[in-house]
Amino acid sequence: MRIPCPHCGERGNDEFLYRGAAGLPRPPADATEAQWHDYVYLRDNPYGSHRELWQHVHGCRRWLVVTRDTRTHVIAAVTDVSMALS
Amino acid sequence: MTYSVWRIAREALRGNSGWQPAWRDQAPKPRYDVIVVGGGGHGLATAHYLAKLHGIANVAVLEKGWIGSGNAGRNTTIIRSNYLLPGNEVFYEHSMKLWEGLEQDLNFNTMVSQRGVLNLFHSDAERDAAARRGNSMRLHGADGELLDAAQVRTMVPLLDFDNARFPITGGLMQRRGGTARHDAVVWGYARAADRRGVDIIQNCEVTGIRVEGGRVRGVETTRGYIGAGKVGLACAGNTSRVAAMAGLRLPIESHVLQAFVSEAIKPLVDTVITFGAGHFYISQSDKGSLVFGGDIDGYNSYAQRGSLPIVEDVAEACVALLPCTGRLRMLRSWGGIMDMSMDGSPIIDRTSVEGLYLNAGWCYGGFKATPASGWCFAHTIAHDEAHALNAAMRLDRFATGALIDEKGAGAQPNLH
Repeated sequence: MRIPCPHCGERGNDEFLYRGAAGLPRPPADATEAQWHDYVYLRDNPYGSHRELWQHVHGCRRWLVVTRDTRTHVIAAVTDVSMALS
Repeated sequence: MTYSVWRIAREALRGNSGWQPAWRDQAPKPRYDVIVVGGGGHGLATAHYLAKLHGIANVAVLEKGWIGSGNAGRNTTIIRSNYLLPGNEVFYEHSMKLWEGLEQDLNFNTMVSQRGVLNLFHSDAERDAAARRGNSMRLHGADGELLDAAQVRTMVPLLDFDNARFPITGGLMQRRGGTARHDAVVWGYARAADRRGVDIIQNCEVTGIRVEGGRVRGVETTRGYIGAGKVGLACAGNTSRVAAMAGLRLPIESHVLQAFVSEAIKPLVDTVITFGAGHFYISQSDKGSLVFGGDIDGYNSYAQRGSLPIVEDVAEACVALLPCTGRLRMLRSWGGIMDMSMDGSPIIDRTSVEGLYLNAGWCYGGFKATPASGWCFAHTIAHDEAHALNAAMRLDRFATGALIDEKGAGAQPNLH
């Protein structure tokens, strides 16, 4: 699997660190335990398109939001996290 | 038809004309007392123990493909009970005991081979951790033996003992561990369940779960609606997809795990060996192939195939441990989809939907757990409460904090 880094170009996935689903809404500090439980432990785990966080640790070290199909590993979009989540 | 040496002799004289299919090819009935979703080892074992131990034989096992097409045919066939934590070890030791009597129970040769499982260590700290785990195993009634380097060398002389970075200083040995024949396990459970009246329905994919008033009523499938008193999910790899049909969101990510076989060679490894300085495990099949694997790829996947960095990583670990394999050719590799749970341990429990039960989150370790998983899931479904053996494997442990985090990795599924 190769990931097209917007800063470095297309690189093998072993240059990247994976950090799971992107854009999970972090609860406010005074949120209930149930909200924190959902945030920390529960995942949609979709069969198909998945927005996920990768860090290009052996390249530019930027965090990226990758949209990838979990059935085929085909990557539809890659955005720097500052553009994707702002 | 009971299998025996007399039957083989009789069939040999009759030109093998009398063999029957091992189980009936059933069309779904309109309603069952219990429907088990997933015809893998865990689902079939659940059906077997429901019929055998709890008197519930009006059971259907629904399989979207064919028996043996999923992870039952994609594992490295290792059986062991060498866990540390109390919530796990009692369960896996029960599984080990069921393996030891499985062939007599099922009247099927599942080729259980207690050739031992040897966890190597390479430093004093690792030795201490192995001793601690071995003590925990023995306190739970399992067997464990701490070997020094000389004892390991006697068993497996071709390991790289004097490696400059990772010298082998000994190993934790579980002699009752070993391997079993993965296909035979599902075939044996399918046949045994079928003989007790369970319907095994292949090519029947569940497409919806009907819930009315907070209670499960049945399942929609590619072969029509089937009513059910209770529904048990045993579809690891795809648990999140199926559970979502009943509105459940789970502490699970699906990840791909690859495994490999080499070309066949003469006997080299007569036990199961795990490398302590990397994630790598190896045994040798009866055909002579080395069977081995390592880490998961580490990203969400339902694709049943992985990428090349892990192939390289596993091959490097193999050659680091057994330099003599350096010129051996890799014959095949394949991938299976794991339910990676948030603490690395499984879930066998009721759910918030009445009559809907969950068997999930097996991470890497589903194969060895097959008998106890079915045994405990059958008990949980039949009695609507967990058995003492799976009492810790609760779905709500992530909310209560009673995690079973064997590796202490936290809520990072790709690190378990």
